[in-house]
Amino acid sequence: MENNIIIDLRNITVAYGDNTVLKNLNLSIHDREFITLLGPSGCGKTTTLRIIGGFIEPDEGEIFFEGKKTNGVPPHKRQVNTIFQRYALFPHLNVYENVAFGLRLRHLPEKEIKETVREMLELVNLKGFERRHISSLSGGQQQRVAIARALAVKPRVLLLDEPLGALDLKLRKDMQIELKNIQQRLGITFIYVTHDQEEALSMSDTIVVMDNGLIQQIGSPQDIYNEPSNAFVADFIGESNIVDGVMLRDYCCRFSGQTFECLDTGFAENEQVDVVVRPEDVDVVPVEKGMLRGEVTSVTFKGVHFEIIVDIGGFKWMIQSTDYQAVGDKIGLYIEPDAIHIMKKSEYSGMFGDYSSFSEEYEELSIAEEPEEEDEEQEEDL
Amino acid sequence: MNKRTSAGSKLVASPYIVWAALFIIAPLFFVVYYSFTDKGGAFTLENVQMLSKYLPTFLRSIWFGIVATIICLVIAFPMAYIISQKTDKVQRTMVMLVMLPMWMSFLIRTYSWMAILQDTGIINSFFSKIGIGQVHMINTGGAVILGMVYNFLPYMILPIYSVMAKLDYSMVEACQDLGGNRLTVIRRCIMPMSIPGVVSGITMVFVPSVSTFYISQKLGGGSFDLIGDVIERQFQQSYNYNLGASLSLVLMILILISMAVMNKFSDEGEMVI
Repeated sequence: MENNIIIDLRNITVAYGDNTVLKNLNLSIHDREFITLLGPSGCGKTTTLRIIGGFIEPDEGEIFFEGKKTNGVPPHKRQVNTIFQRYALFPHLNVYENVAFGLRLRHLPEKEIKETVREMLELVNLKGFERRHISSLSGGQQQRVAIARALAVKPRVLLLDEPLGALDLKLRKDMQIELKNIQQRLGITFIYVTHDQEEALSMSDTIVVMDNGLIQQIGSPQDIYNEPSNAFVADFIGESNIVDGVMLRDYCCRFSGQTFECLDTGFAENEQVDVVVRPEDVDVVPVEKGMLRGEVTSVTFKGVHFEIIVDIGGFKWMIQSTDYQAVGDKIGLYIEPDAIHIMKKSEYSGMFGDYSSFSEEYEELSIAEEPEEEDEEQEEDL
Repeated sequence: MNKRTSAGSKLVASPYIVWAALFIIAPLFFVVYYSFTDKGGAFTLENVQMLSKYLPTFLRSIWFGIVATIICLVIAFPMAYIISQKTDKVQRTMVMLVMLPMWMSFLIRTYSWMAILQDTGIINSFFSKIGIGQVHMINTGGAVILGMVYNFLPYMILPIYSVMAKLDYSMVEACQDLGGNRLTVIRRCIMPMSIPGVVSGITMVFVPSVSTFYISQKLGGGSFDLIGDVIERQFQQSYNYNLGASLSLVLMILILISMAVMNKFSDEGEMVI
């Protein structure tokens, strides 16, 4: 990827009354990059996107587009286009006219419009839908029309605001692959907003993890997953066991009453740290061979693996294993040095990573609530 | 189970059916009956043949109705748009102000316009004070149309406003996003999507304007007879129910035709504007 920056956000602050939505945000977006803003609702990711689109003016800070300051430039004069959360297709126009909308505003010759619309509908696999009415399309098809409409005007940057949120799981997966393909084929920058960490991991070149109006970490999907910068990131991306530990010296740490070899350096001697161990990196071994020992308190079959909750000295660890363990079994755990990731203490320390209150139901509930909260955020934005 | 619900729903609907039969179907039947009978009750086409005499009145009614409707639309559309752009609280207040005149009697409102427009009325006494001199306003076609616009304007504003207030704002943003400036957003996005409101507004203004009788009598001074006035006279003065009925039958048919035309336009969406 080239190193030329297409969009640069510098010291962006947005506040609604007492509620600061973005705090001094700095973000550089490279040309042709698939970048994802990831975070829970209310973290400021949609606000960031709307600032780039020109729908919100930041209270402080500057936006640069290819080195030119674009504060105050209205949306219709920006070389970016948006895919809206609920598509925002024009119900009074058919598919063809929706896709042609931006082209007509540019007063292009009819022949060129026709050619572009055909090309775009082909790109999103909607050939033959030209005369269809928007209301007669399924959610997935409407989504494709929205993509075609935004891409028809050949934007330099495409902004996508949770575009797959309203689709069912299977369709969402298909669209993820398709969006990624489109992005690579057209070679334009995609800025993608989502709260779905899996979506972010599978599509992005770069992920920006946000919480509470602040960027928590910027990095490639691998970096974010393997080297989370704090307990929030570790918990938000994938499953993590996060325990209190002490960095005894380089390559050596101590947690859960044991001393472990690790690969991390650069901490002070005896510095208090957070230790992350991913559930899939823990091996289950006979109890006498274990570096840690505990009792199985719950087992859930997940298809690919079993999700096993183990009580180790009062702290509940999650372990993913293909071997079944019965509840009540005493098992040993073996952790490779490269499975241990050390993080500096942060404001999030101690808030995440213990599975004692873990319940599937909670997760489903929080997902179900998500869209509503997003609505509120949107309305505030207006 | 199914039977019971349908019996239940019939029971619930019955007052409305009785109502409709008593106050809609029966009067309609009488209108048709009187239209094609003479005073003795025998079948005749005499009433229908007499209609040609009233053709100029019909045309004037329709013409005045169209002009009043267009003026209402021109005033109401921007007004509804402006109201819909305000904050919720301001919107509520402004909608209330639009409806406020409707709290007063239609008669009083029209009488007030007489007082305002008269040769010795409020406007003219102001004009003569500042030296413009008297301008004749009462008993003109313009005064009649003004009366119509004034009385029926809320019926145009409210339906358009209610459609605009419910517009998904992300449509407006999508339009801006695709390259639309403020004017384009209104022309290409808000206007076509407000069509349902415009259509019902036009219907709600045009129908009462065409059939009104009071406004033309008070503000037109009798020299701008509208079809409503003629019908009223047939019933109140000539006691010719048969001619009155056939006149109103024709008026009804005309209104139905114009509504059908309107609906056809609204089906075609953005074609209207």
